[in-house]
Amino acid sequence: MDNTVISVHNLVKKFGSFVANDNLSFEVFKGEIFGFLGANGAGKTTAIRILSGLSKPTSGEVNVAGFDTYSQTEQIKRNIGYMCQKFSLYEDLTVKENIMLYGGIYGMKKTLIKERIHELLEKLHFEEYENRLISDLPLGLRQKLAFSVAILHEPKIVFLDEPTGGVDPITRRQFWEMIYETATRGITVFVTTHYMDEAEYCDRISIMSDGKIVALDTPDNLKKQYNAATVEEVFIKIARPNPATPQSRLGGTNTQHHSKLIPPKREQGGQNRDR
Amino acid sequence: MQKVIESSGISKSFGTTRALEDISFSVDESEVFGFIGPDGAGKTTLFRIVTTLLLPDKGEIKVFGMDGITGFKELRKNIGYMPGRFSLYQDLSVEENLNFYATVFGTTVEENYDLISDIYSHIEPFKKRLAGKLSGGMKQKLALSCALIHKPRLLVLDEPTTGVDAVSRIEFWDMLRKLRKHNITILVSTPYMDEAIRCDRVALIQDGKILTIDTPQKIRDGFSRKLFTVTSAEKYKLINTLREYPGTITAYSFGDSVHVTFNDDMPGNSFYDFLKNKGINDVVVKDAEAGIEDRFLELMEKGTSAQRHNSITA
Amino acid sequence: MKRFLGFVKKEFMHIFRDYRTLFILFGIPAAEILIFGYAVSTDIKNAGIAIFDLSHDEITLKLTDKIISSGFFKKTETLLNYNDIDKVFKKGKTKAVIIFQEDFGKKLVREGKASLSIIADGSEPNTATLVTNYTLAIVNDFTTDFAGPALNNAIRIIPEVKMFYNPNLKSYYMFVPGVITLILILICALMTSVTITREKEFGTMEVLLVSPLRPIQIILGKVIPYFILSFVNVLVILALSWLVFGLPVKGSIILLLAECMLYILMSLTLGILISTVSQNMQQAIFISLIGLMLPTILLSGFIFPIENMPKIYDYISMVLPPRYFITIIKNIMIKGTGILYIWKETLTLIVMTLVFIGISVKKFKIRLE
Repeated sequence: MDNTVISVHNLVKKFGSFVANDNLSFEVFKGEIFGFLGANGAGKTTAIRILSGLSKPTSGEVNVAGFDTYSQTEQIKRNIGYMCQKFSLYEDLTVKENIMLYGGIYGMKKTLIKERIHELLEKLHFEEYENRLISDLPLGLRQKLAFSVAILHEPKIVFLDEPTGGVDPITRRQFWEMIYETATRGITVFVTTHYMDEAEYCDRISIMSDGKIVALDTPDNLKKQYNAATVEEVFIKIARPNPATPQSRLGGTNTQHHSKLIPPKREQGGQNRDR
Repeated sequence: MQKVIESSGISKSFGTTRALEDISFSVDESEVFGFIGPDGAGKTTLFRIVTTLLLPDKGEIKVFGMDGITGFKELRKNIGYMPGRFSLYQDLSVEENLNFYATVFGTTVEENYDLISDIYSHIEPFKKRLAGKLSGGMKQKLALSCALIHKPRLLVLDEPTTGVDAVSRIEFWDMLRKLRKHNITILVSTPYMDEAIRCDRVALIQDGKILTIDTPQKIRDGFSRKLFTVTSAEKYKLINTLREYPGTITAYSFGDSVHVTFNDDMPGNSFYDFLKNKGINDVVVKDAEAGIEDRFLELMEKGTSAQRHNSITA
Repeated sequence: MKRFLGFVKKEFMHIFRDYRTLFILFGIPAAEILIFGYAVSTDIKNAGIAIFDLSHDEITLKLTDKIISSGFFKKTETLLNYNDIDKVFKKGKTKAVIIFQEDFGKKLVREGKASLSIIADGSEPNTATLVTNYTLAIVNDFTTDFAGPALNNAIRIIPEVKMFYNPNLKSYYMFVPGVITLILILICALMTSVTITREKEFGTMEVLLVSPLRPIQIILGKVIPYFILSFVNVLVILALSWLVFGLPVKGSIILLLAECMLYILMSLTLGILISTVSQNMQQAIFISLIGLMLPTILLSGFIFPIENMPKIYDYISMVLPPRYFITIIKNIMIKGTGILYIWKETLTLIVMTLVFIGISVKKFKIRLE
């Protein structure tokens, strides 16, 4: 129990009559890289907002970093980091100014912030960018910096919402190495992504579909369970199950087109395997 | 056979930012030509130049043999364009959007219905629903239908699969393949490397420059070294150790394995011992065929290695 | 607390780096003070006065002279018969007519009293009041001088004050036409400027451009629906003014509606022009509302007569369409004039509309840059 940083029990979130999160139950352990996958509209964003203290559940128990999400949202916010794809840092402020700002918001002491700025810039080889405006930096750098800022205060958990969207392949990998390194420091990483190969980097992944969690295990176990070569195949098998099931929320796919649910054995770049 | 698109030396800057540098490529009739590259590579800027929405600073471009700059009025009648954002009228229904675009191009939905029937059939049950209330995958299908409804000779799709889930992406490409039998030339961009396979020819683009142009297979064959996949239970440790191994040239994570190239194209005698000393006992090394992404990474390394040493290194 | 200060500091940084906002923050108040200071004037200068002298004797001439040379007034015309009064007011330059009764001088000397009529243009109630009061003051002054200490109070000039067009001097005669002018231009310009920039923002404009639609078709296509709707709007507003305030339409309703349609068309095309210089909806809204509002209120003659302002404001207001429309609408509604008196203003509006359309079509970006 000591090892659990997130504990969710029968979480339900409704918007009117629409059930976005339908009885979710799961746990996330300390230092884990937990991948949260699902199609658009499956309920991922809703769940993350609840976990990060931005919204309250309709019912169910949710505990994040040891705090209850109904009554202790402030403490939750103080103990987590958050990075989303749409916005990371203020574009009209410099690198240094952004770090100082967030450090201040996290309640860190000035001396500590200055120390961390120095460490951070050195690690990312960013020293020359200290006084550059964010708008001048390329996307890959911004994302790496945003991540570093999200963990500036060494939170217990960091939530990353599609952090590598559109980023070039080298930066993407560097980013994931930063994530690994963060996890080895004991910070739990809760990440969502559209890149299925990134799911393989996670310790455990969960797949959401239609508001429910339909799979939760290590990537290897899931691949064995569904007889799939990659997480992408697993995803395709379970995120869009029965073509006859009306999926009105997703705009529906209740047509006969879905004769081939499992695509023919396409080669995906570099994932060839001797079988 | 006349080339549908012919461009040479296209360059474009926005202020101090170089968006495109010396882009030259050509597209044949009925081809599915893909531009593969991450955000900021210049794909959208290039497509806007092809569709006559932007003027290049330098270089020439001809579409259907007409000059891309002076012939824009005529060109705009013959291109079907699906820009990056879902640019449909959110407050009009599916049906209304489709009818509007048909009318603007001087045709009717019925006239070219056979062209879009495969695609439109997915969303037809929702034809009275407002476009703003559709899911990502549905919007994409509607946008494609609207771009096709006037039977354009050239279809230009700017990142049509971005932000859409894996299953919809596959469906979308299936639909594109089917269009070939109508003699429509398709120019498409995507950040997803695995989609390159579905094009006839592909241009890899990064930082405004083209890294290479060829068929997907030839690009993969162009990988200059021998590729190996290396797996172990502890991924993070593995990749760090591999980088420390003196015989490694490149090592990149690819899901649950690491793609590695070695000196002399083989791991070498001391490989397994080196890893054992670092505590990795379960390593498995296999031959592998390079994929598009491997080649992209290789080209990125080569092309930008000079710059990278000056700015930030990995 | 530190958190809070850090946040405040960030807000300052955003503000200081956004030059456009800074300009608005500091530039506009400064501009407003200057405009307000000079434009807003409750004194009268050079108010037009026409003299209808039925006597033509020494006394009337002297009194006339005193009034004219006071510095507040400027003589516009000498009237020769009663019909001229209506005409001279319709022309718009005269704010008051002074009528000396027959044998004014003789009556004053022999009987000790004579009458004087001051008829003011009630369509501008404020000005009318001022003009009347100033005139009365001058007359009193003259009486005192003329009478001399000996005849104290034995001599009286009895002024009769009448308001032409607005007998009860209701202020809404001034306000309602002005408000109609203001609302129509703001709303119409806002609607068209927003609808175009919205397409730019949402990306649908990109797809429209890569289509056979020509710029003029897009522009007219945007204007026509709003034109029809705005016209309905005009009907409602006029109906409300009449029902609620009892504001009459003395002149031809057809002419009024025709002029309104012209004005709406002009405003809609102005909105199109604004959209060609705006990059997003926020800018379009800002220019359409805030950019147009102040000049319209302060410099169109809506509240503060242009005659009272320094000449430069007069020149500035010549490029403001509302200035012309206020004259048109007041003339038709309150003075009941026909096209003869407002043809100049009408022509100006027509020319402005054509110019706006012309520039808009030229400036319409057929490309994305």
